[in-house]
Amino acid sequence: MTQAAEVSSRTPVGPVATAPEAARIVARATAVDAVGLEGRAASLATRSIKREAKVWGLELAIRCMDLTTLEGTDTTGKIVAMCAKAMRPDPTRSDVPSVGAVCLYPQLVPVAVEQLRGSGVAVASVAGGFPSGLGPLDARLQEVRDVAAMGADEIDIVLNRSLFLGGRYAEAFEELVAAREAAGRAHLKVILETGELGSYDRVRQASMLAMAAGADFIKTSTGKIGVNATLPTALCMMEAARDFHEQTGRKVGIKVAGGVRRAKQSLQYLVLVHETLGPDWMTPERFRIGASSLLNDVLMQLEKERTGHYSGPDYFTID
Amino acid sequence: MSDAIERPAGGAPPWGYASAPESTDVVRLEDRYGLFIGGEFVEPKSGRWFPTISPSTEETLADVAEADATDVARAVDAARDATPAWQALAPAERAKYVFRIARQLQERAREFAVLETMNGGKPIKESRDVDVPLAAAHFFYYAGWADKLEYAFPGRGTPGPVGVAGQIIPWNFPLLMAAWKLAPALAAGNTAVLKPAETTPLTALLLAQVMQEAEIPHGVVNIVTGAGETGAALVDADVDKIAFTGSTEVGKAIQRSTAGSGKRLTLELGGKAANVVFEDAPLDQAVEGVINGIFFNQGHVCCAGSRLLVQEPIFDVLLDKLKDRLQTLRVGDPLDKNTDVGAINSKAQLTKIAELVESGVEEGAEIYQPECDLPERGFWFRPTLFTGVSQSHRIAREEIFGPVLSILTFRTVDEAVEKANNTPYGLSAGIWTEKGSRILHMASRLRAGVVWANTFNRFDPTSPFGGYKESGFGREGGLHGLEPYLTFDGGPR
Repeated sequence: MTQAAEVSSRTPVGPVATAPEAARIVARATAVDAVGLEGRAASLATRSIKREAKVWGLELAIRCMDLTTLEGTDTTGKIVAMCAKAMRPDPTRSDVPSVGAVCLYPQLVPVAVEQLRGSGVAVASVAGGFPSGLGPLDARLQEVRDVAAMGADEIDIVLNRSLFLGGRYAEAFEELVAAREAAGRAHLKVILETGELGSYDRVRQASMLAMAAGADFIKTSTGKIGVNATLPTALCMMEAARDFHEQTGRKVGIKVAGGVRRAKQSLQYLVLVHETLGPDWMTPERFRIGASSLLNDVLMQLEKERTGHYSGPDYFTID
Repeated sequence: MSDAIERPAGGAPPWGYASAPESTDVVRLEDRYGLFIGGEFVEPKSGRWFPTISPSTEETLADVAEADATDVARAVDAARDATPAWQALAPAERAKYVFRIARQLQERAREFAVLETMNGGKPIKESRDVDVPLAAAHFFYYAGWADKLEYAFPGRGTPGPVGVAGQIIPWNFPLLMAAWKLAPALAAGNTAVLKPAETTPLTALLLAQVMQEAEIPHGVVNIVTGAGETGAALVDADVDKIAFTGSTEVGKAIQRSTAGSGKRLTLELGGKAANVVFEDAPLDQAVEGVINGIFFNQGHVCCAGSRLLVQEPIFDVLLDKLKDRLQTLRVGDPLDKNTDVGAINSKAQLTKIAELVESGVEEGAEIYQPECDLPERGFWFRPTLFTGVSQSHRIAREEIFGPVLSILTFRTVDEAVEKANNTPYGLSAGIWTEKGSRILHMASRLRAGVVWANTFNRFDPTSPFGGYKESGFGREGGLHGLEPYLTFDGGPR
């Protein structure tokens, strides 16, 4: 059985706190020092990953990848092609693993479900009024229920930043708890949209809020704004997840998304995961990279590790 | 598609950091190095030489001359002879020479970093990212002052140089300490005789080659190598000023022997810094700061945060985090760029650290060391934590100068201040809290020359550094570091 299948068959968990407690958790979250955090992230980015570790890391990056397309122009044809790429990223090599999931808009979920059936590649859909998350709550929850009913294994929703930044933590929390319930057996990833939160303290608070509400993953970004995943932001969320695990015993996954285009970046994130959260998180069950153009760079680096030289971009399919 | 997905299971994944050793090819070592006197390398009159080794491999790197009193006198004479012309030089011209040294250091940065690591045992990432760039920065900074001295101390009269400076430096930051000493001395128009530490003379001797390339006038900078006796001879020689960085014990001896001689003196001595972590601190960054505070350069740092004071409510969580973090520290080949903790500088220092750690165990403190493989050859010590430490334990009072952290707790701000100040030393301190007013309150009450807030072991050439009490007197860095090399009575002694 593949990792992705394990993920989708797990029993969902509920919140670990009540709404008033969650508000207190946010208000009392440990502070984050920006200079120290960025210094630590920068120093970890210089660690050298080579040879077997690099090949293993690159293959893990593929297994942890949410191959993503979130464009208004997406069509059935585009999704069919992407699913083929997701299942078999390199048509010339059967030993390259499939990606973790494909990630797309709700309307195209049935196409992906059909294409990926039995492949072990999960179907992830954004929902809940992505990317702003500011539609009517009923409509947002209904969208979550709908994509779950259509067969999405994983659902990516956005944190209500309007409530969160306005200090209405209990309400933001209750929305997430409701979304968690609406997702049913599907895996819930909560996008914090860290580029809009304004400080690492806020990133940590939002991480704690989402984890307490029962999120299976906390995710950096929608990919729809200027500032997406960065190493320090991801480190901040990982440190929050580490403390949350320490406090509750629950292992919450991390998803970085937006701006991860190079194989080297994916290895840097894996270094952060391993140093901060340890080997238990080095799996698609607990770590994901949301990306649209990363895959081919990883394939190119893998080919280089195997053959000793680089191929041109035309040797990799662009689906 | 399942054939494409399944990977053979079993066995630990091959995840790990590949060794990435910096090549030593960039360093060209001579078989032996004479004394740098009057602009050239000369044989020692003493006729004695001693080997200098790499503490990570115990291999001999080169033989180095041992200067006796005659050799030292010769160096001081060369400096004295060079003084009039150097002082007569237009200040802007003098600045050009100092800028040249700074640029040469940058040009040859990799060579200096690798040699520093080979001779001293510190991790290459530190010599590469801290020691060498900071050394260059000090020369750049003070070069800028050379033609602005009369604006540096308004109302103090006409500034002039002191004369010949005797400078004795330690083995923990060999090149950086040479820069701290030479840069302000030269910029202010002094000449210098520098004595590097016995175990780490090589980067100073490489710096001598830089002086030649920069065409520093002969005799302005002289470098004499040797051990304690050579240093004592320099203190007793006909110099106008002594600047010493090293142990408190030797500092006291120097102060005794210069007393009444009219020689100016600055001392930068030992420390037993308190790193104070309050309940509201940014904990994950505090952990990094505590780790950096004590394990940076294997704890061979006079301002190391060797006493950790933790507010009681967060003691357990902070200790767990520290222990976790200790497991990920990488101890080993200092030339590997992934290495966090390198080799102990010398066998003697290793013995001293082991002895003090032994005393900690005997006095009843609880020891914690991570599991990690240590290389067979060379001098190594596991990163060490002590809990259950009280103020009366030797490991809380004496400077260990190694990778050993003593952890104590406190309850209130007053208790933190009291415990932090309860030491004969007063070089540095750290405060970790989110509350700005508490930082200012603490900083004004801590008797320490440097107080870091939410960081530790940060250095900058513009910022003065120096101690209270048995940590010495005088400041290095910034304008404060320029002043000891100037007179304001219109000229040299």
